[in-house]
Amino acid sequence: MHLTIAIVLGLVMLTMAGIAIHHKKLTVAVIAAGVVSLFASVLYLLLAAPDIAMTEASIGSGLSTIIFFYVLNKIRKTND
Amino acid sequence: MIKKLFVIVILAGLGFVFYTLFQNFDGNTGLNKTAAYYAKNGPSEVGAANLVTAVVVTYRGLDTLGEVTILFLTAAIIGFFLKVNIPDGKKSRNVRKTSEILETASKVLLPVIFLLGVYIFINGHLTPGGGFQGGAVIASGFVLMLLANPKRKFSHSLISSIESMSGIGFVFVGVLGILMAGGFLDNRILALGTFGELLSAGAIPLIYTFVGLKVGTELSNILISMNQVQEDTESITE
Repeated sequence: MHLTIAIVLGLVMLTMAGIAIHHKKLTVAVIAAGVVSLFASVLYLLLAAPDIAMTEASIGSGLSTIIFFYVLNKIRKTND
Repeated sequence: MIKKLFVIVILAGLGFVFYTLFQNFDGNTGLNKTAAYYAKNGPSEVGAANLVTAVVVTYRGLDTLGEVTILFLTAAIIGFFLKVNIPDGKKSRNVRKTSEILETASKVLLPVIFLLGVYIFINGHLTPGGGFQGGAVIASGFVLMLLANPKRKFSHSLISSIESMSGIGFVFVGVLGILMAGGFLDNRILALGTFGELLSAGAIPLIYTFVGLKVGTELSNILISMNQVQEDTESITE
Protein backbone atom coordinates (compact mmCIF):
# COMPACT_ATOMS: atom_id res chain seq x y z
CA MET A 1 0.00 0.00 0.00
CA HIS A 2 2.74 2.43 1.04
CA LEU A 3 4.71 1.50 -2.03
CA THR A 4 1.82 2.35 -4.39
CA ILE A 5 1.28 5.72 -2.69
CA ALA A 6 5.01 6.43 -2.88
CA ILE A 7 5.14 5.55 -6.59
CA VAL A 8 2.08 7.72 -7.37
CA LEU A 9 3.60 10.63 -5.41
CA GLY A 10 6.90 10.18 -7.22
CA LEU A 11 5.21 10.22 -10.62
CA VAL A 12 3.23 13.36 -9.74
CA MET A 13 6.46 15.00 -8.54
CA LEU A 14 8.25 14.12 -11.78
CA THR A 15 5.38 15.52 -13.87
CA MET A 16 5.28 18.71 -11.83
CA ALA A 17 9.05 19.08 -12.09
CA GLY A 18 8.75 18.76 -15.88
CA ILE A 19 6.02 21.41 -15.91
CA ALA A 20 8.18 23.66 -13.73
CA ILE A 21 11.03 23.45 -16.22
CA HIS A 22 9.17 23.59 -19.53
CA HIS A 23 6.04 25.68 -18.99
CA LYS A 24 6.05 29.03 -20.78
CA LYS A 25 4.22 30.94 -18.05
CA LEU A 26 6.55 31.59 -15.11
CA THR A 27 3.72 31.78 -12.55
CA VAL A 28 2.60 28.26 -13.47
CA ALA A 29 6.20 27.08 -13.23
CA VAL A 30 6.58 28.56 -9.73
CA ILE A 31 3.38 26.93 -8.54
CA ALA A 32 4.45 23.60 -10.03
CA ALA A 33 7.75 23.85 -8.15
CA GLY A 34 5.75 24.47 -4.96
CA VAL A 35 3.63 21.39 -5.63
CA VAL A 36 6.80 19.29 -5.99
CA SER A 37 7.81 20.36 -2.47
CA LEU A 38 4.33 19.68 -1.12
CA PHE A 39 4.29 16.12 -2.44
CA ALA A 40 7.88 15.64 -1.31
CA SER A 41 6.79 16.52 2.22
CA VAL A 42 4.03 13.87 2.09
CA LEU A 43 6.65 11.39 0.87
CA TYR A 44 8.92 12.28 3.81
CA LEU A 45 5.99 11.63 6.13
CA LEU A 46 5.51 8.17 4.60
CA LEU A 47 9.23 7.50 5.06
CA ALA A 48 8.81 8.25 8.80
CA ALA A 49 10.65 11.60 8.81
CA PRO A 50 8.06 14.04 10.20
CA ASP A 51 10.71 16.60 11.17
CA ILE A 52 11.90 16.96 7.59
CA ALA A 53 8.33 16.86 6.29
CA MET A 54 7.47 19.93 8.39
CA THR A 55 10.47 21.87 7.13
CA GLU A 56 9.78 20.94 3.52
CA ALA A 57 6.10 21.86 3.75
CA SER A 58 6.66 25.26 5.35
CA ILE A 59 9.86 26.38 3.62
CA GLY A 60 9.73 24.49 0.32
CA SER A 61 6.11 24.98 -0.62
CA GLY A 62 5.26 28.03 1.48
CA LEU A 63 8.02 30.58 1.89
CA SER A 64 10.08 29.91 -1.25
CA THR A 65 6.99 30.08 -3.48
CA ILE A 66 6.08 33.46 -1.99
CA ILE A 67 9.64 34.72 -2.39
CA PHE A 68 9.66 33.57 -6.05
CA PHE A 69 6.44 35.50 -6.62
CA TYR A 70 7.85 38.64 -5.02
CA VAL A 71 10.97 38.43 -7.20
CA LEU A 72 8.87 37.73 -10.32
CA ASN A 73 6.73 40.76 -9.62
CA LYS A 74 9.79 42.94 -9.11
CA ILE A 75 11.49 41.75 -12.32
CA ARG A 76 8.34 42.38 -14.35
CA LYS A 77 8.02 45.92 -13.04
CA THR A 78 11.65 46.73 -13.80
CA ASN A 79 11.32 45.33 -17.34
CA ASP A 80 8.20 47.33 -18.19
CA MET B 1 24.73 17.25 -33.14
CA ILE B 2 28.15 16.59 -31.60
CA LYS B 3 27.01 18.51 -28.52
CA LYS B 4 23.92 16.30 -28.17
CA LEU B 5 25.99 13.16 -28.60
CA PHE B 6 28.31 14.39 -25.89
CA VAL B 7 25.38 14.93 -23.51
CA ILE B 8 23.96 11.47 -24.29
CA VAL B 9 27.35 9.84 -23.65
CA ILE B 10 27.67 11.63 -20.30
CA LEU B 11 24.11 10.63 -19.31
CA ALA B 12 24.75 7.02 -20.29
CA GLY B 13 27.96 7.02 -18.27
CA LEU B 14 26.17 8.44 -15.22
CA GLY B 15 23.38 5.86 -15.67
CA PHE B 16 25.95 3.07 -15.76
CA VAL B 17 27.64 4.34 -12.58
CA PHE B 18 24.35 4.61 -10.73
CA TYR B 19 23.17 1.24 -12.01
CA THR B 20 26.26 -0.51 -10.65
CA LEU B 21 25.76 1.29 -7.33
CA PHE B 22 22.12 0.18 -7.31
CA GLN B 23 23.10 -3.41 -8.11
CA ASN B 24 25.42 -3.63 -5.13
CA PHE B 25 22.97 -1.90 -2.79
CA ASP B 26 21.38 -3.87 -0.02
CA GLY B 27 19.63 -1.98 2.74
CA ASN B 28 20.97 -1.77 6.26
CA THR B 29 19.79 -4.56 8.47
CA GLY B 30 20.70 -2.71 11.66
CA LEU B 31 21.86 0.68 12.87
CA ASN B 32 25.49 1.56 12.33
CA LYS B 33 27.80 2.13 15.28
CA THR B 34 27.12 5.85 15.83
CA ALA B 35 23.37 5.54 15.33
CA ALA B 36 23.23 2.57 17.69
CA TYR B 37 25.06 4.61 20.34
CA TYR B 38 22.63 7.52 19.96
CA ALA B 39 19.59 5.23 20.07
CA LYS B 40 20.86 3.37 23.14
CA ASN B 41 22.23 6.25 25.21
CA GLY B 42 20.20 9.18 23.91
CA PRO B 43 17.24 8.91 26.30
CA SER B 44 19.40 8.52 29.42
CA GLU B 45 22.15 10.99 28.51
CA VAL B 46 20.08 13.77 26.95
CA GLY B 47 16.58 13.01 28.22
CA ALA B 48 14.79 14.02 25.01
CA ALA B 49 11.91 11.86 23.81
CA ASN B 50 12.53 13.00 20.24
CA LEU B 51 15.84 11.37 19.34
CA VAL B 52 16.30 13.61 16.30
CA THR B 53 16.32 16.61 18.62
CA ALA B 54 18.80 14.91 20.93
CA VAL B 55 21.19 14.46 18.01
CA VAL B 56 20.58 17.88 16.42
CA VAL B 57 20.79 20.01 19.55
CA THR B 58 23.17 18.14 21.82
CA TYR B 59 25.34 15.53 20.07
CA ARG B 60 25.64 17.64 16.91
CA GLY B 61 24.94 21.02 18.51
CA LEU B 62 27.92 22.68 16.86
CA ASP B 63 26.53 21.80 13.42
CA THR B 64 23.23 23.43 14.37
CA LEU B 65 25.11 26.57 15.39
CA GLY B 66 26.78 26.49 11.99
CA GLU B 67 23.42 26.15 10.23
CA VAL B 68 21.99 29.06 12.19
CA THR B 69 25.05 31.12 11.25
CA ILE B 70 24.62 30.28 7.56
CA LEU B 71 20.95 31.29 7.74
CA PHE B 72 21.94 34.53 9.46
CA LEU B 73 24.51 35.30 6.76
CA THR B 74 21.95 34.60 4.04
CA ALA B 75 19.39 36.87 5.66
CA ALA B 76 22.00 39.59 6.18
CA ILE B 77 23.18 39.44 2.55
CA ILE B 78 19.61 39.52 1.21
CA GLY B 79 18.85 42.46 3.50
CA PHE B 80 21.98 44.23 2.28
CA PHE B 81 21.13 43.85 -1.41
CA LEU B 82 17.48 44.74 -0.92
CA LYS B 83 18.24 47.94 0.91
CA VAL B 84 15.19 50.12 0.36
CA ASN B 85 15.15 53.89 0.48
CA ILE B 86 11.71 55.23 -0.15
CA PRO B 87 11.87 58.99 -0.60
CA ASP B 88 9.51 60.92 1.63
CA GLY B 89 6.46 62.54 0.12
CA LYS B 90 6.33 60.08 -2.78
CA LYS B 91 3.07 58.44 -3.65
CA SER B 92 2.87 55.08 -1.97
CA ARG B 93 1.99 52.20 -4.23
CA ASN B 94 -1.58 51.46 -5.11
CA VAL B 95 -2.30 47.91 -4.09
CA ARG B 96 -5.47 46.17 -5.04
CA LYS B 97 -7.77 46.01 -2.04
CA THR B 98 -7.47 42.65 -0.32
CA SER B 99 -10.64 40.64 -0.14
CA GLU B 100 -12.83 40.70 2.94
CA ILE B 101 -12.39 36.94 3.35
CA LEU B 102 -8.59 37.16 3.45
CA GLU B 103 -8.60 40.04 5.91
CA THR B 104 -11.05 38.41 8.31
CA ALA B 105 -9.42 35.00 8.01
CA SER B 106 -6.00 36.48 8.71
CA LYS B 107 -7.30 38.01 11.93
CA VAL B 108 -8.67 34.64 13.07
CA LEU B 109 -5.76 32.51 11.86
CA LEU B 110 -2.74 34.63 12.82
CA PRO B 111 -2.79 33.95 16.57
CA VAL B 112 -3.33 30.26 15.90
CA ILE B 113 -0.42 30.09 13.44
CA PHE B 114 1.93 31.91 15.83
CA LEU B 115 0.80 29.65 18.67
CA LEU B 116 1.46 26.57 16.52
CA GLY B 117 4.95 27.85 15.73
CA VAL B 118 5.71 28.42 19.40
CA TYR B 119 4.25 25.01 20.26
CA ILE B 120 6.46 23.33 17.68
CA PHE B 121 9.69 24.82 18.97
CA ILE B 122 8.92 24.54 22.68
CA ASN B 123 7.91 20.89 22.29
CA GLY B 124 10.90 20.17 20.05
CA HIS B 125 12.32 17.62 22.48
CA LEU B 126 9.01 15.70 22.73
CA THR B 127 7.27 15.80 19.36
CA PRO B 128 8.53 16.09 15.77
CA GLY B 129 9.72 19.57 14.94
CA GLY B 130 12.01 22.06 16.56
CA GLY B 131 13.46 25.50 16.25
CA PHE B 132 13.80 25.57 12.47
CA GLN B 133 10.32 24.21 11.80
CA GLY B 134 8.67 26.44 14.41
CA GLY B 135 10.51 29.48 13.06
CA ALA B 136 9.38 28.68 9.52
CA VAL B 137 5.76 28.35 10.69
CA ILE B 138 6.02 31.76 12.40
CA ALA B 139 7.43 33.24 9.19
CA SER B 140 4.51 31.76 7.22
CA GLY B 141 2.23 33.63 9.65
CA PHE B 142 4.07 36.78 8.55
CA VAL B 143 3.32 35.86 4.92
CA LEU B 144 -0.39 35.81 5.74
CA MET B 145 -0.04 39.15 7.53
CA LEU B 146 1.67 40.70 4.51
CA LEU B 147 -0.86 39.27 2.07
CA ALA B 148 -3.77 40.62 4.08
CA ASN B 149 -2.23 44.04 4.55
CA PRO B 150 0.72 44.74 2.21
CA LYS B 151 1.25 48.27 3.49
CA ARG B 152 1.65 47.29 7.11
CA LYS B 153 4.74 48.76 8.74
CA PHE B 154 7.03 46.57 10.82
CA SER B 155 9.63 47.71 13.28
CA HIS B 156 12.96 46.62 11.82
CA SER B 157 14.84 47.48 15.00
CA LEU B 158 12.55 45.27 17.11
CA ILE B 159 12.96 42.36 14.71
CA SER B 160 16.73 42.68 14.48
CA SER B 161 17.11 43.09 18.25
CA ILE B 162 15.05 39.93 18.90
CA GLU B 163 17.20 38.16 16.33
CA SER B 164 20.55 39.23 17.75
CA MET B 165 19.46 38.64 21.35
CA SER B 166 18.47 35.07 20.57
CA GLY B 167 21.71 34.50 18.67
CA ILE B 168 23.71 35.74 21.65
CA GLY B 169 21.53 33.62 23.96
CA PHE B 170 22.23 30.49 21.94
CA VAL B 171 26.01 30.98 22.10
CA PHE B 172 25.78 31.97 25.80
CA VAL B 173 23.97 28.71 26.66
CA GLY B 174 26.65 26.87 24.67
CA VAL B 175 29.46 28.52 26.63
CA LEU B 176 27.63 27.82 29.90
CA GLY B 177 27.80 24.16 28.85
CA ILE B 178 31.62 24.35 28.85
CA LEU B 179 31.68 25.96 32.29
CA MET B 180 29.00 23.92 34.07
CA ALA B 181 28.78 20.60 32.21
CA GLY B 182 30.69 18.39 29.79
CA GLY B 183 31.32 20.71 26.86
CA PHE B 184 30.06 23.27 24.39
CA LEU B 185 26.24 23.14 24.08
CA ASP B 186 25.94 20.36 26.66
CA ASN B 187 22.31 20.41 27.75
CA ARG B 188 22.94 19.22 31.31
CA ILE B 189 23.38 22.73 32.70
CA LEU B 190 19.76 22.41 33.83
CA ALA B 191 18.24 19.36 35.49
CA LEU B 192 17.26 16.64 33.03
CA GLY B 193 13.87 16.25 34.74
CA THR B 194 11.32 13.54 34.10
CA PHE B 195 11.58 11.90 30.68
CA GLY B 196 8.73 13.05 28.44
CA GLU B 197 7.65 16.17 30.33
CA LEU B 198 7.59 19.68 28.88
CA LEU B 199 10.28 21.07 31.17
CA SER B 200 12.79 18.28 30.80
CA ALA B 201 15.87 17.44 28.72
CA GLY B 202 17.96 20.18 30.36
CA ALA B 203 18.62 23.20 28.20
CA ILE B 204 17.04 21.85 25.00
CA PRO B 205 13.73 23.78 25.31
CA LEU B 206 15.75 26.95 26.01
CA ILE B 207 18.09 26.41 23.04
CA TYR B 208 15.18 25.59 20.73
CA THR B 209 13.33 28.72 21.84
CA PHE B 210 16.36 30.80 20.87
CA VAL B 211 16.74 28.97 17.56
CA GLY B 212 13.03 29.28 16.81
CA LEU B 213 12.95 33.02 17.51
CA LYS B 214 16.10 33.55 15.49
CA VAL B 215 14.95 31.57 12.46
CA GLY B 216 11.46 33.07 12.61
CA THR B 217 12.71 36.67 12.72
CA GLU B 218 15.32 36.06 10.01
CA LEU B 219 12.84 34.56 7.55
CA SER B 220 10.24 37.21 8.35
CA ASN B 221 12.86 39.89 7.84
CA ILE B 222 13.61 38.53 4.35
CA LEU B 223 9.87 38.55 3.52
CA ILE B 224 9.35 42.06 4.87
CA SER B 225 12.29 43.43 2.87
CA MET B 226 10.95 41.66 -0.25
CA ASN B 227 7.60 43.32 0.36
CA GLN B 228 9.15 46.75 0.84
CA VAL B 229 11.24 46.45 -2.29
CA GLN B 230 8.01 46.13 -4.29
CA GLU B 231 7.06 49.55 -2.97
CA ASP B 232 10.46 50.94 -3.89
CA THR B 233 10.26 49.96 -7.58
CA GLU B 234 6.84 51.47 -7.87
CA SER B 235 7.98 54.80 -6.50
CA ILE B 236 10.82 54.85 -9.04
CA THR B 237 8.60 54.15 -12.03
CA GLU B 238 6.02 56.69 -11.05
